[in-house]
Amino acid sequence: MEALQLAFGMVFDPYNLWVMLGASLFGLFVGAVPGLTATMATALLVPVTFFMAPIPAIAAIVTATAMAIFSGDIPGCLLRMPGTPASAAYTDEAYAMTRKGQAETALGAGLVFSAFGGLFGTAVLILSAPMLADFALHFSSFEYFWLVLLGLSCAIVITSEAPLKGVASLMIGLLVASVGLDNPAGFPRFTFGSTDLLGGIGVIPMMIGMFAVSEILRFVADTKPEALVVENAVGNVFKGMWGLAKKYPLQIFRGNVLGTLVGALPGAGADIAAWMSYAVSKKFSKEPEKFGTGHVEGIVESGSANNSALAGAWIPALVFGIPGDSITAIIIGVLYMKNMAPGPTLFTQNPQNIYAVYLLFIMANILMIPLGFACIKVAKQILRVPRNILMPIILLFCIVGTFAINNTVFDVGIMLIAGVVAYFMEENGFPIAPAILGVVLGEMLEQNFVTSLIKSDGSMLAFFERPVAATLGVLTLAAWFLPPVVRRLRRMAGA
Amino acid sequence: MKLSDAFTGALLAALGIAVLLYSRGFPQIHGQEIGPAVFPSVVAAVMLGCGVILMFNGWKARAERPWYEVPDWMRSRRHTGAFITVIAAAIVYILLGDIVGFFIIGSLTLLVLFLVLGVKPVVAVITAIIATAVIWYAFYKLLRVPLPWGIFTAYAF
Repeated sequence: MEALQLAFGMVFDPYNLWVMLGASLFGLFVGAVPGLTATMATALLVPVTFFMAPIPAIAAIVTATAMAIFSGDIPGCLLRMPGTPASAAYTDEAYAMTRKGQAETALGAGLVFSAFGGLFGTAVLILSAPMLADFALHFSSFEYFWLVLLGLSCAIVITSEAPLKGVASLMIGLLVASVGLDNPAGFPRFTFGSTDLLGGIGVIPMMIGMFAVSEILRFVADTKPEALVVENAVGNVFKGMWGLAKKYPLQIFRGNVLGTLVGALPGAGADIAAWMSYAVSKKFSKEPEKFGTGHVEGIVESGSANNSALAGAWIPALVFGIPGDSITAIIIGVLYMKNMAPGPTLFTQNPQNIYAVYLLFIMANILMIPLGFACIKVAKQILRVPRNILMPIILLFCIVGTFAINNTVFDVGIMLIAGVVAYFMEENGFPIAPAILGVVLGEMLEQNFVTSLIKSDGSMLAFFERPVAATLGVLTLAAWFLPPVVRRLRRMAGA
Repeated sequence: MKLSDAFTGALLAALGIAVLLYSRGFPQIHGQEIGPAVFPSVVAAVMLGCGVILMFNGWKARAERPWYEVPDWMRSRRHTGAFITVIAAAIVYILLGDIVGFFIIGSLTLLVLFLVLGVKPVVAVITAIIATAVIWYAFYKLLRVPLPWGIFTAYAF
C-alpha cells in the first residue's frame, strides 16, 4: 500500500503532469503528420528524457506513443495517408467513410475505442506482469537463453513475408551487438583499434538513425504529389459511439485480446496487430461485403487492437527485458539508463516504480479522450504544416539529440550510417524490426548462451533438462520448423 | 535502389565470410572451450547461409526480376539532390561542427536543406535562424548539452 501511495505521489507530481501534457501534444502532432511515426516520436523523445528522473521519462514516452497511435488515424481519414503504420490497415476504410460524409464517426470510433483498447491492454499488463515476474524469478540462464531465442524467432515468423530476409536482418543486429568489450570474455571485438567502439555501438544513436533519419530520407525521396485535405466539416465525434459499443461488443473484445497478445509477442507491435485484427474482423463479420466501402466495424476492432498492443508490448519488456515491439526496444534502452533494468526483480525491489508505470498508462489513455478531441478539431491546421520545413528541423534535432547522449559526434556518425542502412534495407525488403531486436537482445542472448554452455560443460542436451527450459526450447524449434512444414503440406494438399 | 536478391545475398555472404575469418584471430580462454569467437562465428555462419540461399533465389528469379531497379526518385534530379544533401549535411556537421560552432553549422544545415526542398528563400533564412536558436536554447541552456561554440568560443555565454 505504501508503494502505491509513493506511486501516486510520483505520478501526480506537478512536474510530471506538465511533462505528460507536453508529451501528449507532441505525440498527437507527430502521429497526425504523415511520415512521422510513433516509433519516431519515441526515438526523438529519448535525448530529452535522458535529462529527466525515471518516472517523468517513462511518462513522456507512454503518453506520446499512446497519443501518436490514435492520431495516426486522422490523416488516414482525411488524406488517405496513414499517420503511423499502425493506422494503415484501415486507412482506406476510414477514407471511404469520410467520402460518404461520415468522417466524425470514423474519427470518433478511432478515438473512443483506441482509449478503451489502451485501458484493456493496461489491465492485462497489471494482472499478468506480476504473475509472470513471480514465475520468472526461478529462471536460470537456460530458460533465458530459450526465451530470448523464442522471442527473436517469433519476431521473424510474425513480421516478415520473407523469413529468410528476416533472419538476415536479425543476424545483422546480432553482429552489431557483438561489437565492443561487452562480452563474456571481455575481449574487444570488431573495434579495429577505435576507442569509441570499445563500449559497443550505442543503441540510442542507432534507433534514432533507423527510425527518424530513415524516415527523413524516405520523405525527400518521395516523388508522390502531396495529398489534398478533404474539405468536410467534422461534426460531433462522440455521436453514436455508445450505439457502436452496443452493436459490436464482441468485435471490441476480440480486437482488444488479439491486440494485447500480438503486442506481447516480441517483434510484432501495433501495426501488425491492426492488420491481423482487421482481417479477423472481416472474416467473422456478418457483412464482410461491406468492408472497404466505408464500414465502421473493422475500424472499431482494429482501432482498439493497435492501442491495446502498445500496452501488451510492455509485458515481456518489463518482466524479461524482451521488447514486444520497436517502441519498447527503445524503452528498454531508456530503462537501463535510468537504473531501472527490466527483469523480475523490478517488481519486488521497487514496486512503486511499476505501480507508477501502470498509473501512467491509465492516465494516458483517459487523457486521450479530451486531448484527442481537441486534436481532431485542429487537425486541418496540423495537416497543413509544411513538411519541407519540418523534416530539416527534425534532422537537426536528431543530430543534436544524438550528440547529447554522450557528447560525442562519433554517435552522430553511427546515427547517420544506421539511417542510411535502414533505408536501403527496407527498400530491398529486409524488415527492420528483427535487426533492432538483435541489437537490443544480442548481449543477453550471448551471455545466457555462454553461461549455459559453461554450466553444462558444452553439452546441448542440458538445454532441455529443466522442464520450463525444455518447453521453451521445443516452442522455439517449433517456431523454426513448423511454418515451412505447414507451407509444404498446404502446397501438397493444393497440388 | 532495389537490387536483385543475388546482390544483397552476395553482400551478406561476403560479410559472413569476413566475420568468420576475422574472428578466428580472437584469443582462446585457458581451460574453456567457449571463447569470444563462438557467438559472432555462429551469427556469421547463419548470415553466410542466408546470403547463399538469397543469391540462389535471386539467380533463379533473374528472368522475372531485373538485376536492379532504379526508383523514381533517382530519375528526378531534384529528389536525388535532396537525398544526397541530407546525407552530406550530416557528414559536414560531423566534420565541421566543432570547428565553426553550432550556430553557424546548425543554421547553414537548415538553410541548405530548406532551399533544396523548395522553401521560399526569405522564409528559409528566417526559419533556419529561429529554429537553430530554439534548438540551441533547449539543449544548451535547458538541458546543458555542451554544443560547440567554434569560432565564437571567446564570446560564449
